[in-house]
Amino acid sequence: MTEIRLIEFFTNVGGLMQFSLRFFKYCFLPPYEFSEIKKHMDELGVKTLPIVSVTGIIIGLVLTLQSQPILARFGAEGFLPFMVSISVVRELGPVITALIFAGRVSSGIGAELGSMRVTEQIDAMEVSAIDPFKYLVVTRVIATTLILPLLVMYVNFLAIVGCYVAILLVNDITLQLYINQVIEAVKFGDLIPGISKTLVFGFIVGIVGAYKGYTADKGTEGVGKASTTSVVIASLLILIFDMILVKVSLWLWPM
Amino acid sequence: MADVKVVEVINLSKSFGDFTVLDNISLTVMKGENLVIFGRSGTGKSVLLKCMVGLLIPDNGDIFILGEEVRKLKIKGLNELRKNIGFLFQSAALYDSMSVRENLAFPLIRNFKFSKEEVEEKVVRALENVTLLDSIDKMPSELSGGMRKRIGLARSIITEPALMLYDEPTTGLDPITTKEISYLIRDLQEKLDMTSMVVTHDLLCAQIISDKAIVLKDGGLKYKGKLDELTKSSDPFLKDFFSFEKNEETPGV
Repeated sequence: MTEIRLIEFFTNVGGLMQFSLRFFKYCFLPPYEFSEIKKHMDELGVKTLPIVSVTGIIIGLVLTLQSQPILARFGAEGFLPFMVSISVVRELGPVITALIFAGRVSSGIGAELGSMRVTEQIDAMEVSAIDPFKYLVVTRVIATTLILPLLVMYVNFLAIVGCYVAILLVNDITLQLYINQVIEAVKFGDLIPGISKTLVFGFIVGIVGAYKGYTADKGTEGVGKASTTSVVIASLLILIFDMILVKVSLWLWPM
Repeated sequence: MADVKVVEVINLSKSFGDFTVLDNISLTVMKGENLVIFGRSGTGKSVLLKCMVGLLIPDNGDIFILGEEVRKLKIKGLNELRKNIGFLFQSAALYDSMSVRENLAFPLIRNFKFSKEEVEEKVVRALENVTLLDSIDKMPSELSGGMRKRIGLARSIITEPALMLYDEPTTGLDPITTKEISYLIRDLQEKLDMTSMVVTHDLLCAQIISDKAIVLKDGGLKYKGKLDELTKSSDPFLKDFFSFEKNEETPGV
């Protein structure tokens, strides 16, 4: 059993790498499907906006409420905006948004392409001389890669708003002071690695969902499997790449 | 016009793992001909069609379509050839994220340089051909099985291909719809002077469409000839295939 699992794992890794290489080869070749990319970005944005809005506010609120008593014990409550905004911008905003995005979008792409594969729609496209990889896969992966950084910026903003609300609940602070403290805390060296790694996360979400869907087995079971496994693989890859990218960004932009 | 070979398949073989699906098949189809391909389920009829459009790569043998050797074509050449071939899938394979209108316009907009008005006109004409003009703004999920097949048919012929491949065009439909679709296929073929290959189990459909039939058995091409010759043949397999009578060897209750 473990042997089969291992073989399946390495087949997935190999297939995914091949699939990614193919993406990079195709993504620079015309025709560029700008309208299709825009359509997918619209859909993704509308689909994920409510859930990431809630996430953003809650990250800010909860993080502040949890840290406040600890900082208060050291008499360091003044550091609250500093601490929360740094941890949101550098780590929590990007990773939590990416994981939620993976749950919502990877599974969606996996199921959509999977059912297109199973019902021969992908074959039909190929037979009518339209490259399905370019039309279906490349456009979706570009869309996820470009939209996630925007969502993360939005989540970061909401989390910082949430933090302000939480501080107001326990303490008094003027908006101006709060904004000043946040701006003082967050440097470009925090913002750039935080945002740029989400490009990688967005790419992972798109390519994993597309890979599992595009290579789905025949049958409805194949579609379900494509949808669930793509969430698992995408989430895992996001965490692994997060570790690698944090190391790289600390080396490039030391704290 | 009957002397032009549209399809020529020479010694084609294809296996999946240890299972040989097609074994050394050769056939030719002349321009304007309709060839019906019979065979029990799993004898490689669909595989044969898929090999012809390059969806599957055969292990051995050559396929010539419209003078091009399919296996030697690079992706660009293959796509040029595919523009001249229509393919109706067993499941109709309508794109379910697009409306009927977008489904039909898709190959036109992508592969040919037609103006908006020309595309619209062709879409309307194709839908009139299959008598489904009122479904133009429906989504595929709102259509019945027979309607899907007819829309699928309209989509495959909208580019007026020289060769049409039908994979079980009438399977799972009631006798009346079957008859309608079969006549539609024949009329379209006469009107547009197409050559076609039809995979089917359906004798009614075959009788309407065909002048010529082949039967695949155990991966090989076992019988060919005129349809009525085949149905009246005294060969035990053909008799069993085309008659209602129960064969002693057929497992039963």
